[in-house]
Amino acid sequence: MPNDLKGYLDYASTTPLDTEIRQTYEGLLKAYFANSDSLYKDGRQIETMQEESRQQILKLLGLPKHQVIFTSGASEANNLALKGTAFLHQIKPGRILVSAIEHSSVLNSAKQLAEVFGFEVVYLPVDEYGIVKLEALKKNLTADTILVSIQYVNNETGTLEPIREILSLLREYPGVLLHCDCVQALGKIDLSEVKDADLISLSAHKIYGLKGSGVLLKKKHLPLVPLISAGQQEEGLRGGTSNALVNIVFAKTLRLALEKQAEHFEYVTSLNQKLRKGLKDEVIFLSPDNASPYILSIANLKLSSEVWMNALEKAGFLVSAKSTCSSRKTSDSHVLVAMGIKPKLRQNVIRVSLSHLVEPADIDRFIAVNKEILAHYGL
Amino acid sequence: MAYEASVILVRYGELSTKGKNRKDFVNRLCENTKNQLKEFPRLTYEKTYDRLYIRLNGEECEAVSERLQRVFGLSSFSVAIKVESVLEVIAEAVLALAKKETGAKTFKMMARRHDKLFYPDSDGINRHCAGLILANTKMTVDVHHPDLKIIVEVQRDFTYIMAGSIAGAGGFPVGIGGKALLLLSGGIDSPVAAVLTMKRGVWVEAVHFASPPYTSEAALDKVKKLAGILSGFQGFVRLHIVNLTELQLAINQHCDPSYTITILRRMMVRISEKIATSHKCLALVSGESLGQVASQTIQSIQVINEVTNFPILRPCISMDKVEIIQQSYKIGTYETSILPYQDCCTIFTPQNPVTKPTVKKALYQENRFDWQPLLQKALADMTTLVISTQEESKDYL
Repeated sequence: MPNDLKGYLDYASTTPLDTEIRQTYEGLLKAYFANSDSLYKDGRQIETMQEESRQQILKLLGLPKHQVIFTSGASEANNLALKGTAFLHQIKPGRILVSAIEHSSVLNSAKQLAEVFGFEVVYLPVDEYGIVKLEALKKNLTADTILVSIQYVNNETGTLEPIREILSLLREYPGVLLHCDCVQALGKIDLSEVKDADLISLSAHKIYGLKGSGVLLKKKHLPLVPLISAGQQEEGLRGGTSNALVNIVFAKTLRLALEKQAEHFEYVTSLNQKLRKGLKDEVIFLSPDNASPYILSIANLKLSSEVWMNALEKAGFLVSAKSTCSSRKTSDSHVLVAMGIKPKLRQNVIRVSLSHLVEPADIDRFIAVNKEILAHYGL
Repeated sequence: MAYEASVILVRYGELSTKGKNRKDFVNRLCENTKNQLKEFPRLTYEKTYDRLYIRLNGEECEAVSERLQRVFGLSSFSVAIKVESVLEVIAEAVLALAKKETGAKTFKMMARRHDKLFYPDSDGINRHCAGLILANTKMTVDVHHPDLKIIVEVQRDFTYIMAGSIAGAGGFPVGIGGKALLLLSGGIDSPVAAVLTMKRGVWVEAVHFASPPYTSEAALDKVKKLAGILSGFQGFVRLHIVNLTELQLAINQHCDPSYTITILRRMMVRISEKIATSHKCLALVSGESLGQVASQTIQSIQVINEVTNFPILRPCISMDKVEIIQQSYKIGTYETSILPYQDCCTIFTPQNPVTKPTVKKALYQENRFDWQPLLQKALADMTTLVISTQEESKDYL
């Protein structure tokens, strides 16, 4: 891992590559180059390892009814989940329900399905903590609804969505599929609650794995229309020569993350509590108390997000203002808008995201520096 | 036979009137041209008394001419086909060129012999070529207002043939007219002001005021990028970066909100004057346009100008925003200028800035705090970068 992680508090954006994973990957890169679909020995060998990776992923997550589709990342997995499902219903475009606080890859896929392909998309409102309103979900479930997409952990606030309740609600609507974006939950929160979701998106680089590596888990019997049409790879659901070596190390990345999940969770929870305690006089917490401890969204009344971030960066702390995927847009965070946060406040928000790599001393320093910044530069 | 543009023939501008300085002017102009065309490595140059020949050697002609239009001191240029100096060959090439210009209804032949031993004489060449065009196209001759001017320049070994000429940017070569200090904000106007100043031959240095953390590293990168584009006009740009944070916080703390921008601008001018003096700049340059914002009303300009005896050049003063935007497109800074980062004037913007400030009130506001040490500190902490068009080689590319 890079030596200087001091002050990096943006682990929800991405994480440094785990040393063991890097070594494994480098070893594979040196040893193999063949196409995993080639019929000679080298190809077959890679193909076997890729299949082993697939099986291990399902086993580690306890999802025997699902199948793994390797993708270039969770954004592609989300695109495939939404569009791949919707395109099956092209003759009679139905209704798609997404929460208003989804990741941009879900929201923009839904938007495209509405604008280009004529699907009806309903954005489900959330409460002040960012929790999807179940009555709204219930009210909008119609006979022609084909898909509901709700994330497990929100990437800006860490809010946990009530997937268990949503699944039991959907049991009365057997034709409606549930897609669950679990990117911010993987390796942090136990996924047993979302096991029954029909489609699940995961990403490797949020759990100390490689970038450009993701997975869509799909229940085996479900059909899907591929977005990349090519050869036989991924059972025809995602064409193009497999990025086999990257796919192979996904399993190990996942194993390492899950092995320490409980231990890390406890540790990060203590960091989060320390942080909340130290910051409580200066900032307003937008993350609910029961949110994922890995993400803490905070606001203040005196300093805009950009200035706040600049000052923290100068002091050696790296954080985000909102989802990194939308960081170059000047508009408001759609998550905070949906939560009904007042305009003045949502311009003054940063997201601190934690990891087991953060040390208590870093938190102490952050609290002190932050206090100083708000006092000196606050207008 | 297909004829491909192989040479661009460049004519110098107002230079011809400059007598003894001419040589310096021409050298400077050629240097500036080469700088502006640095991204086309295959070009070769040949300088003669009144022309500069740029051989394309396979570089994209359109892209090169677009860049050439940014070189000051250049009155016009033509894209030329180079052929053998044989009358039949010349005539054939002229005809091919005329056939390509489908929009033109009338034409005029303009032949010149540098090689006076060539036979026939200029008039003979004109008649021969015109005859061929008249016989093979529907064009007619109009010697007063032709749609298409076909220029033939016969030299001993080869002949240049060109249709019409493209207007250059005019002005004087940058660097022959002294040095000025530009207040470079990162917006749309100041780079335009810089280029208009350069157009009259003045070398430009730049000062940028940053207020971290209110302004970001990204904003500073954008200013460096703008300076990089400006360096294309003169080879390199010296960029001074002044940290204004503490001064700005003090202004904000001590002065009436309606006057903070006025006072800030006065401080900027004071600092700029000091930098200009130490770097031998003879004037300040700003992108102000009359009435554009509260600090650019004539009253504001008077109050801000009051702190210095230096001339402040304001080339954009009478331009509308749209005109400035058009210019900034032309010089290639628009896309960079509109990147959305805070600059130091926008962060402390009061609700109601004064539009008609007075010197008396400004002085009163300034007397409310001891700004001299803060100003000295800002100057002492100044950093200076030299930004050039030189691309460093990167081993990841």
